[in-house]
Amino acid sequence: MSKYEIVIGMEVHAELLTESKQFCGCANVAVAPPNTHVCPVCLGFPGSLPVLNEKSVELSLRTVLAFDSKINKHTIFERKNYFYPDLPKAYQISQRLFTLGEGGCVEIDVAGQDGQVQTKRVGLSDVHMEEDTGKSQHGEAIGDPDSSLVDFNRAGIPLLEIVSAPDMRSIEEAESYMATLRQVLLYLEVSDCKMELGRLRFEASVSLRPFGQEEYGTRVEVKNLNSMKAVRDSLRAEIERQTKILDSGGKVQQQTMLWDEASGTTQPMRSKEQAHDYRYFPEPDLVPIEIDNAWLDRVRAAMPELPRARRQRFQTDYGLSAYDAEILTSTRDIASYYEAALENYNNPKTISNWVANELLGRLNAENKDIIASPVRPTQLRDLVKLIDDGTISGKIAKEVFDEMFMEGRDAILIVREKGLGQISDTSEIEAICQRVIEANPKAVEDYKGGKERSFAALVGGVMKETRGRANPALVNELLKKQLS
Amino acid sequence: MPLTELTAYQLAQQIKTRKISCREVTNEFLSRIEEVEPRVKAFVTVLPDEARRRADLLDKRLAGGEDIGLLGGVPVAVKDLICTRGIRTTCSSKMLENFVPPYDAHVAERLAVEGAVNIGKANMDEFAMGSSTENSAFFPTRNPWNLNCVPGGSSGGSTAAVAAQEAPLALGSDTGGSIRQPAAYCGCVGLKPTYGLVSRYGLIAFASSLDQIGPIANDVRDSALLLQAIAGYDRRDSTSINRAVPDYLASLTGDVKGLRIGVPKEFFVQGVESYVVDAVRAAIDKLCELGAEAVEVSMPSAEYALATYYIIAPSEASSNLARYDGVQYGLRVAEPGDDIIAMYSKTRAAGFGHEVQHRIMIGTHALSSGFYDAYYLKAQKVRTLIRRDFEKAFSQCDVLATPTAPTVAFEIGSKTNDPFSMKLADVCTIPVNMAGLPAISLPCGFQNNLPIGLQLIGNLLDESTLFRAAHAYEQATEWHKQRAVVEKS
Repeated sequence: MSKYEIVIGMEVHAELLTESKQFCGCANVAVAPPNTHVCPVCLGFPGSLPVLNEKSVELSLRTVLAFDSKINKHTIFERKNYFYPDLPKAYQISQRLFTLGEGGCVEIDVAGQDGQVQTKRVGLSDVHMEEDTGKSQHGEAIGDPDSSLVDFNRAGIPLLEIVSAPDMRSIEEAESYMATLRQVLLYLEVSDCKMELGRLRFEASVSLRPFGQEEYGTRVEVKNLNSMKAVRDSLRAEIERQTKILDSGGKVQQQTMLWDEASGTTQPMRSKEQAHDYRYFPEPDLVPIEIDNAWLDRVRAAMPELPRARRQRFQTDYGLSAYDAEILTSTRDIASYYEAALENYNNPKTISNWVANELLGRLNAENKDIIASPVRPTQLRDLVKLIDDGTISGKIAKEVFDEMFMEGRDAILIVREKGLGQISDTSEIEAICQRVIEANPKAVEDYKGGKERSFAALVGGVMKETRGRANPALVNELLKKQLS
Repeated sequence: MPLTELTAYQLAQQIKTRKISCREVTNEFLSRIEEVEPRVKAFVTVLPDEARRRADLLDKRLAGGEDIGLLGGVPVAVKDLICTRGIRTTCSSKMLENFVPPYDAHVAERLAVEGAVNIGKANMDEFAMGSSTENSAFFPTRNPWNLNCVPGGSSGGSTAAVAAQEAPLALGSDTGGSIRQPAAYCGCVGLKPTYGLVSRYGLIAFASSLDQIGPIANDVRDSALLLQAIAGYDRRDSTSINRAVPDYLASLTGDVKGLRIGVPKEFFVQGVESYVVDAVRAAIDKLCELGAEAVEVSMPSAEYALATYYIIAPSEASSNLARYDGVQYGLRVAEPGDDIIAMYSKTRAAGFGHEVQHRIMIGTHALSSGFYDAYYLKAQKVRTLIRRDFEKAFSQCDVLATPTAPTVAFEIGSKTNDPFSMKLADVCTIPVNMAGLPAISLPCGFQNNLPIGLQLIGNLLDESTLFRAAHAYEQATEWHKQRAVVEKS
């Protein structure tokens, strides 16, 4: 056990799911040939002016409402000035003084001391809007060690920056925070959160302090984290680094570190790139944004149910276990799928099993999203109905489901076409039982001699002949009758 | 009378009625440019081929019975910080010496729609920073009334072109007086419209919250005509005002009866030459003779306007001009082995002239952490006070009358070593930009054969009243009929 308490804060940048960029009409796309979605405005050409994409404010407001932040109804954009080749105007349109949202919190699940899941509130310091920058590529990556190229497709894509308070006390909490935040942003349809494309980016700030000490230790920022794994690994490495410094009586320097995946260490950024005075001032090319109640009401009305609430409701309304509820609300699409399958058919438990086990299992195996499920919710519901009304057994149902998944056809058609319906015709089953008894004199003898297990063999024989379709209860009853 | 002495309004009329052709008009002005331009040097780029081609096209459309617009066939000089598609737009800076915009500014589109012929890109103080056009990186422009004198600035190329009859109309831009002061020095009518009346889309920014494009002309009617052509809402400029544009020509009634003219005493002190005071007072008397009445008003905050301006404008400029870094367009100076910082430094050291560098440094300093509150924030507060002074004044009057500039045009080189006195040239015009109000400068007398300017300041979006008052005064006087005589070279 370390002597030090870990203190972590997170900065999240999420690219918003708008059709066009924040201040011009260029398409907001993550993958495209370099510099194919650019115009004088997002390239910062002389004389060009920004025009605010209102949709970006709306998506930001959704987020602010979801985290219960205080909304600044009178908000402005500001210029953050610094030189960098991928920043076309040499300033980023951002917010600092009157950010869209202030305060609020993200509720995360953490393991309590007794091993029980507990809810923890991670405070937010601010939620603000800004534009993304372009992307620089250097040297070998572009086939020339002496040059750098810039792709401005990303420049001007709307970003939401969510800054947390230093409220996390372990890497696990940081992970839970990231997962929760990501889930909420996805539910809100605010961002597609594709970390591998840089659509969602995390930066962490870490400090250590002796347990019991009130003031925070010196904070180090860690950047260049493009996956959840990178966050986890870099935090671990950075905590280790700081621990060593403190253990040896040294002082942690306040600085920005870059995560180096290859070496598994954090490396200090060049000091030249650290000491910025951003010279913020109000962006004179844009007018203040006034958010009135009517606008807020419209945004509120379009808000989806959030994951935490939906999970709760699934447990109370549908009697699901916490575990099942969590799986079925893991994404908004899965939850919606489940509820669509429940419509007009009240068997939440069985349907939950089918969605959580069979369907998600198959989808995961094929790396498919539930949106692309070949089996529609109503089709899955009809399959469960066939089980419930005795048309097919649970075992046959799995066979039918496989066909449905491959061909996308209705269960009833597959059952009919393949003759998979359960045989419940007494005379037909009687005839088959007769044949099986005649073909297995040894088993009959054993059974009569008291070996109960031989009965199972005879049942198996009937099932084999009917390819499992015989109504098991009827087979039991008729076999016993014939053997007695 | 040579065609070049007609007003734009007359030219448009005669073209419309097919008395003269667009080609003839364009040719006349092009030959005038050939004659006097070597001495005046109003243009960075003259566009003879483009202008003739355009004139021919307009003639063809006219022959086809089309309406070719408010300015059909009238040549216009365009200040070289207004982006023109396919035509280099330099801001009179080495930084943009070879910059060819891939798009037209909103006003350039408006000119095209209204049938104007872009005859050339006018010289200016580099990035509009200056009051004499001596800060052009290429060459100074000369005042057509006296070639040893400056034309004023920063729109000195535009006003000199109009005064020298190289173009009947010109577009300028005004951040602290850059249309009105050179208009006064060159004896033109120059208007700075209400902030937001004319779209800034495609205007290369100096100080975004102050910049405004406006017309430069030989008389008030022409000024109204050109404003009519360029004013109006443009969704590409978020600060553009979405309101119907009035009929400005209809405001030229000649009637000023009952018009209350406010005279702010603070504009008649401190460095304003007595001949200017006399001429402006005489102009006010003239307006009173015509039925207006003068009221004294007070603008106690006005004296802080110049200091405030020299915080706000450089601050915004330091940010606006940061994009000239050698990465995408414009000048790049770098040697093999230079890193990015070296490229930035060398490019910006070579590309910007002294005054521009000076203002970038002032602005960078004013916005720096630790200084922001004392400078920028304080300046914005003073700006609010100035705005309130004007609001109060306009509760007592309809227009304000002041000098445009404290002196007439000065000799080239005479103030280059005295930057403060140079900046005083804008002391009467700057408060207007601070408040976003419209103001017009028109000739009201001469001193040593150099024109004196009368400034009329209007309430927000009340250009009509400005035109009405200016027009009435102009009709009652002869100043605007006098033309500079430039000897042919």
